[in-house]
Amino acid sequence: MSPTWAIETENLIREYKPKRKRGDKEIPAFRALDGINLQVRTGELFGLLGPNGAGKTTAIKILTTLLLPSGGVARVDGVDVANDPQEVRRRINMVSGGDTCGYGLLTVEENLWMFTQFYGLDNTTARERIKKMLDVVGLQDKAKSKSTHLSTGQKQKMNFARGFLNDPKILFLDEPTLGLDVQTSRVLRQFVREWVRERPNRTLLLTTHYMAEADELCDRIAIINHGKILACDTPANLKKRLQSAAVFKLHTTPLEQIEHFSDLPGVTNFSEHRHNGRTELSFILSNENALISILSAIQQKGAHLISLEKREPSLEDVFVHLVGKSISEIEEQSVSAS
Amino acid sequence: MRHEFTVFWRTVLGRAYPRLIGIQREKSWMVFGVFLPLLGIAAYVFIYKALKSPPEFVGFVILGGAMTAYWLNVLWSMATQFYWEKETGNLQLYLIAPTSRMAILMGMALGGIVATTIRATAILLAGIFVFGVQYTVVSWWQLILVFFLTMVALYGLGMIFSSLFLLFGREAWHVSSLLQEPIYLLSGFYFPIKSLGYWVSIGASIVPITLGLDAMRQLLMPATQWGFLSVSVEIAILAALSLIFVFAAHRALLYMENLARREGRLTIRGQ
Repeated sequence: MSPTWAIETENLIREYKPKRKRGDKEIPAFRALDGINLQVRTGELFGLLGPNGAGKTTAIKILTTLLLPSGGVARVDGVDVANDPQEVRRRINMVSGGDTCGYGLLTVEENLWMFTQFYGLDNTTARERIKKMLDVVGLQDKAKSKSTHLSTGQKQKMNFARGFLNDPKILFLDEPTLGLDVQTSRVLRQFVREWVRERPNRTLLLTTHYMAEADELCDRIAIINHGKILACDTPANLKKRLQSAAVFKLHTTPLEQIEHFSDLPGVTNFSEHRHNGRTELSFILSNENALISILSAIQQKGAHLISLEKREPSLEDVFVHLVGKSISEIEEQSVSAS
Repeated sequence: MRHEFTVFWRTVLGRAYPRLIGIQREKSWMVFGVFLPLLGIAAYVFIYKALKSPPEFVGFVILGGAMTAYWLNVLWSMATQFYWEKETGNLQLYLIAPTSRMAILMGMALGGIVATTIRATAILLAGIFVFGVQYTVVSWWQLILVFFLTMVALYGLGMIFSSLFLLFGREAWHVSSLLQEPIYLLSGFYFPIKSLGYWVSIGASIVPITLGLDAMRQLLMPATQWGFLSVSVEIAILAALSLIFVFAAHRALLYMENLARREGRLTIRGQ
């Protein structure tokens, strides 16, 4: 009997105990995953969306057998990752964006061939798949170049190609387009979509903090923050949650002390982002009339409105609605805190 | 089962490939790996010559120098290799593949043995042609068997050290550093092990190269009176060490990998 779910987690917990020197007070363990429940269907392109440090990579490490959970259960293709990791490894592969692979003195082709050998591929199949994947990532002309001579982006593309060589049943892509240029990212996204659609038994779990990427690619998305799943649904259904709300984006001249905007009547959530000497404010309003008090508050602070746009709710808005902050705000805060 | 066997051997060849290709593509290693070690060995040769030691001692040094290459290869090119693989991000890709960790290490060993054998051969040839050492092979099959068993036991021991790097980072580096110089003394690389006395020699025999080297010296210089144990006893002990170390390596790799998975130390932060 084939398992119902390609990926399934039940109350999955992962804690990290901080290093403690002798005599130091006991520091409580950091909980990276706090009881997550996920069910990914076979054939689905599933997204885990959240800021850096939300627990996405920890979840992928557990599912790819690199890490043991501290509690709960995780199954891949019906196989328990903790009890039978070798069986899980026969069905999976993983690509981490930003990572490279292999050895600088080998050519691109040789590096990829080496990895096919770890899956027992015969040479004919290996060479066919390498050729196909080099075409996909646009590295055909670099096949015979030593990988040490590749640019960072080209090395990432080589690593992306590696992830597909064993034709895994379940593929984990951890921020696959991180640091890649727009054109390459678009090509890779297109390939990922086709790869899943080609055969119905393939499943792909993607982690990203790019909203547009999750929106464009995923059949369903789980929004994760602080190790907890906050919502899980199709992108359309997630956005429907804000259907009754009005979403506005405003650009103003630099604006200080904006915390009290959240206290204004009718304001459900707001987020702010500063760039190029402007302040960008995104508001989710339960009542459009709240806009009048917002504009008057901006004027009172001596700032000027540059632009005002009413738009359809996006995944970003859903995230702000659920978490209270945008992904970029959370990441900026964590950078300044560290 | 047949598929697992195929994956195992393909992994060995796949991981040996970068090492084998490296021999061709980075020829600078010939200077650092062959010529420079010869100078260190030559120093011992001249000490023995100056002291007017029996001529077989020069033969001991040359053979010891050749075998040192394998010990250094085990320590620095296999035991510590998982540290570098973790740093570069390759280790996690090896570990998510449905292959044996021993196959990956065997691949490293195979590639390493080829390069090291070139170095060892160069040292032996220098001994014969530059220093006039004469070797007479008593029994080819015994010589080959001793060498083979020494390599199996030695690289098995290296795999046990490798398992430490699955869990630890640079901390495990010190283990390799700690083992390098004392083994020069305890294994009798540059002198016959018998001169350390019976019990010290027995203790030193835990390192496979000690008995391997002693047996090879007896098989290549039959006139020597410096043999520690008889060759057949040394072969039996080496066979036992091979089995023990390979089995222990298998268990150690499984245990340390599991422990590292539990503690989250198979990858470094940010990978």
